[in-house]
Formats: sequence, C-alpha cells, structure tokens
Amino acid sequence: MAEQEPENVGTLVAPESDVLGPGHSYGSVTDKISSIVLTRGTGNKYKVGILVALLLLFGLNLGISVLMDIGVGIWGINIPVGWGFAITNFVWWIGIGHAGTLISAFLLLMRQKWRTSINRFAEAMTLFAVACAGMFPLLHMGRPWLFYYLLPYPDTMGVWPQFRSPLVWDVFAVSTYATVSLLFWYVGLIPDLATIRDRATKRFKKIIYGMFALGWRGSARHWKRYEMAGLLLAGLATPLVVSVHTVVSFDFTIAIVPGWHSTIFPPYFVAGAIYSGFAMVIALAIPLRKYYGLEDFLTMRHIDNMGKMMLATGMIVAYSYVMETFMAFYGGNKFDIYMIMNRMTGPYAGVYWTLIAVNLVIPQLLWSSKIRRNPLWLWILSFSVQTGMWLERYMIIITSLHRDFVPSSWGMFYPTIWDYIILFGSMGLFFTLFYLFIRFLPMISIFEMRDLVHKTAEEAHS
Amino acid sequence: MNQMESTYGLMAEFLSADELLEATKHAAEAGYREMDAFTPFPVEGLSEAIGFHKTKLPILVFCGGIFGCCGGFFLQWWPNVIGYPQNIGGKPWDSWPAFIPITFELTILCAALTTVFGLLALNGLPCPYHPVFNVERFALATKDRFFLLIKADDPKYDAIQTRNFLAELKPREVSEVES
Repeated sequence: MAEQEPENVGTLVAPESDVLGPGHSYGSVTDKISSIVLTRGTGNKYKVGILVALLLLFGLNLGISVLMDIGVGIWGINIPVGWGFAITNFVWWIGIGHAGTLISAFLLLMRQKWRTSINRFAEAMTLFAVACAGMFPLLHMGRPWLFYYLLPYPDTMGVWPQFRSPLVWDVFAVSTYATVSLLFWYVGLIPDLATIRDRATKRFKKIIYGMFALGWRGSARHWKRYEMAGLLLAGLATPLVVSVHTVVSFDFTIAIVPGWHSTIFPPYFVAGAIYSGFAMVIALAIPLRKYYGLEDFLTMRHIDNMGKMMLATGMIVAYSYVMETFMAFYGGNKFDIYMIMNRMTGPYAGVYWTLIAVNLVIPQLLWSSKIRRNPLWLWILSFSVQTGMWLERYMIIITSLHRDFVPSSWGMFYPTIWDYIILFGSMGLFFTLFYLFIRFLPMISIFEMRDLVHKTAEEAHS
Repeated sequence: MNQMESTYGLMAEFLSADELLEATKHAAEAGYREMDAFTPFPVEGLSEAIGFHKTKLPILVFCGGIFGCCGGFFLQWWPNVIGYPQNIGGKPWDSWPAFIPITFELTILCAALTTVFGLLALNGLPCPYHPVFNVERFALATKDRFFLLIKADDPKYDAIQTRNFLAELKPREVSEVES
C-alpha cells in the first residue's frame, strides 16, 4: 500500500516477554511467517535437503516393491522372531507422533503460552509420523492389499474381525488418531490459510489457498464457535493420545511372552512416546529456527522447556526400566528372571547397554541448564534419544521373542538389507512430507501468534 | 430504493481490538442488532457484544460422542453375541471389557468428527463468496485490522444516519459493503 499505514496502538510486545521477541506487532508476525510460504522461495539448503529425503523415499519405494513381489521373506524375520523391524518401526513412529497432539491439546488445556509457536509444526510432524507408522503393520501382514479384512463390514464370508484382539484395537486406535490429528491440524490451519489467501499476490495461489480457507472471514460469531471447537478437540485429543499408545502397548502385554506380559507397559509406553516425540520436535525445531531466522518466535524459553519435557519423560522411562528389572526378581518367576538376565548378558546385550547409554545415561546431561539452552547440544541429544527409543522397541520385541519358554524353540534375528532400506526409506517419506509442509503451509500458527502479541502486550500494560 | 438493495451494510475499520470492542458496545447501546465484527484473532467478549452468547456446538459434540459410544459397543456386541458367536478360549460371548478400547476410540472419533463438521456447518463454511470481501481493505482483517459491520437489514439502519453514527466512533475509515 502506498500510503503510510498507522501502526496498531498499544500492541507491541514488551522487552521482558520470554515467549516472543520484543517489538513484534500483529503485522510483523503475520508478515514474517507468511513470507516463508509466499515470497521466500526455496534456497539451496532446502533443495539439497528435499533431494536427500526424496532419494530415501525412492529407497522405500524400491523396498516396498520388492516386498510386494517376493514377500516378507526378504526381511530377517523368522520363527521364533516373527516381529522384526516392521513392528519396531511402527511403535517408534507412532511414539514420535504423540508429542504433536500432546503439545497442541494438553498444553492448550494447561494454558501454556509457549506452545503457540511450536504447535503447528509439531502437529504436522504427528501427522507424517502417523502416516509412516500406519504403513508398517500393513506391510508386515505380507498381503497388504487384504488389509480391509481388519475392518468390520458385513462381508460375503460372514466373518467379523476378532474384536477381543489388541491387534484389532490397534486398527481403531491408530486410524482414529490419524483422523483426529488431521482434523485438529486442518481446523487450526483455516484462519492461517485465509491469511495466506489475503497476502498472496498471484491469482493461482489466491484460488488454491482460498479454496482450503473455506471462505474464512474472522467473524466474531465464527471465532466464538472456533474457540469452543478448539477446546473440545483438545479435550478429546488428550485422552486419545494416552489411549493410542496404551493400545499399542496392549499388543505386547496381552500376550504371555516374558518381557511383554507386564502391567507397567501402558504408562511406560506413553511416557516413552512423549519422550521420543519431544526429541523429534527438538530435532526439527532447531534447524528450522536457525535456517528461517525464527529466534524471535522460538525463544530460549521454548528450547529450555522442550529440554525439560524431554528430561521429565525420560526419567519416567528410566524408572520403568528399573522397575521392569526389579519386578522380574521380586516376582521370582524364573522365565522373567531369565529374560532380564538374557537382555543384559545374552546375545543382544550390546543393544541393551547401548540403549541404557543413549536413552538413560546421556540424557542426564539435560539437568544442566547450560546444555538445555545450547541449541546444538540439545539437537545432538535429541538424536541420542531417538536412537535410544528405537533400540528400546527393538529390544522389547527381539529379546523377548528370541528366547521364550522352551529352549528348543530359541533362535536369532538378523536384519537384512531390506529391513534397513525400509527403515531409512520411511524416514525419507517423513522428511519429504515435512519439507513440502514447510514450503507450502505456515509452519507457525499465525493467528495464535497475533493472539499472543495481544495478550503479552496487554499483560505488560496492566 | 435501488441504493438500499445493492448495499449489504456499512463497515468501520479500527486499529485495535479494544477500540473495536468499545465501538461494538456503543453500537449495541444505540440499538443496532444486525451486526458482525471481524478480527484477525479471537477477541474476548466481542461475540457477546454483538449479541451472540452461546453456541450449540458442545451439545452437538456430546450427542456425537454418545452415538459413537453406543454404536461402537453395539458394533462389537452384535457380531459376538448374535451375528457370529464363537467360542474363543472359553470366554463368554458378551465379554464386554474386551470391547471397551474400541468403544472408547469410536466415542472420540465420532465426537471429533461432530466437532469439526458441526463447526463448519454452524459457521456456514465453506462460503466461497461473501459481500464483505468486496471491501478492498477487508484483506487486512486477517492481518492487523478490526472491522465492525452494521448490516443493511438492521431495523435501525439508515444509509446516512448509520454512517454518521459509525464516524463518531472514530474509526480509521467507514466503507460501504456492496452486496
């Protein structure tokens, strides 16, 4: 606009705010975030990044094609270890997915202001992680094209899914979680899509963003219902998050295999999920913050809080490891004692002790506020936790299955090249989706940032 | 009369949420009822000021949740007890505790779907065309400006008097919204 626009009155963020850089106004947060989508374009680093992600995605494509052609025999799974990488990857990805909804739903109910600048991309992360997770049980079936047998529908065979089986509960839990996460994310995007629609200069962009914005115009009546809907969805999503990983843990606990049959699993799995999820949020947030210059929105307070969340959930996970070992001896069941001793000293002892090191010992560095407030250190620690959480699921699945009650049925699991190709390929899928997301959609919730500007300015005045 | 028919209402633009809130309260006191306000983020108390107090959404969501809960339980109970009963590990046919996880998930699913589709339906979205978009500066309603609209079908609406009334509220600008 040619004429000089008067600035909004009384709406500048005061310098003492720790969740938002000082001097920001409604206009500046809007311009900063929407410019990443509209005018900034793609730099070389972005191009290299998405190229690597696409290469990995091609690997996934190849892996799945060979899997369809030959079957699950290309993997290292056998009897007794019938669940290998596929289920490990499934639990790992779905766990990562938990932080997004937790941040947007649970922290909303707790009225935590610092969630505002991380909730959008954490939700996107959830969605993409659930997409990766959802793929694995289907691939693991060997005949994924028959997946619909799991759904209840009146078929001509006259049979129904086994509703008493945790594997069927999983179908409902994961698909509900994927649906609710998608809805939550999209509803949150509607006002921002309208912002992008109104800022876009090219007709094509106006039309596309305008279609997805559904004609949002920010009417007070609409906002009233919108806020109510946000609150309701948060209230619904919070117990849902807890239920999803609980159901995933039922896949194990309902079986009688030593190492799986344990009542500690549901809380242990939920805590582990949030632990790995926050690690992934940190792994994504720190490069985004640096690359897009978002230090004003993702302040030290955010970095510090995410580190604290990781530490807190990590301590719950550590407690579970200790309790699992203690209960085996306290219970006195010889199979349980053997299972724990086998984990610590058996053929997979390397996995166990690496897990203890990267998931339990190294994250103790987070007690130091210097390390929590150092983005590079926190970023490296987040990878330690991700690796640890993957190894945890690997340990639970492999060491429990490979030696159960009868020594004649013992065996070993050796992953093949295809196991690795599909694991790293799924990361390609995740990062490809994430790269597309940061290019085409506002990665920070713009309207909630404006609201935050309003609230922090109001607080400073009162 | 032609003039009246082609006008949707009058729109005043404000620089802050507080100014808009004040102006809306004045308009309500002056007897205007067919109003709407547009803001770049939810402003507390604004919907009450334009006379919109309560939304039906929670009750709809409650019904959606109850439907999901009963439907989800029935979905499992019927095949296991009536449609295709099977003896699995000697468990009773109506082993209801095993049906709870799916019942819970479907409760949440139906309630969440009701929330989102209920929100869109009550808000009348998607709405590709709306007269307010005819005002050029309205694009700023999704950035940093606050708008008050008095509709032409308000009984107290008068093209000149309403414009004067809005001008007294010290807006940045008053513009006519073509329908």
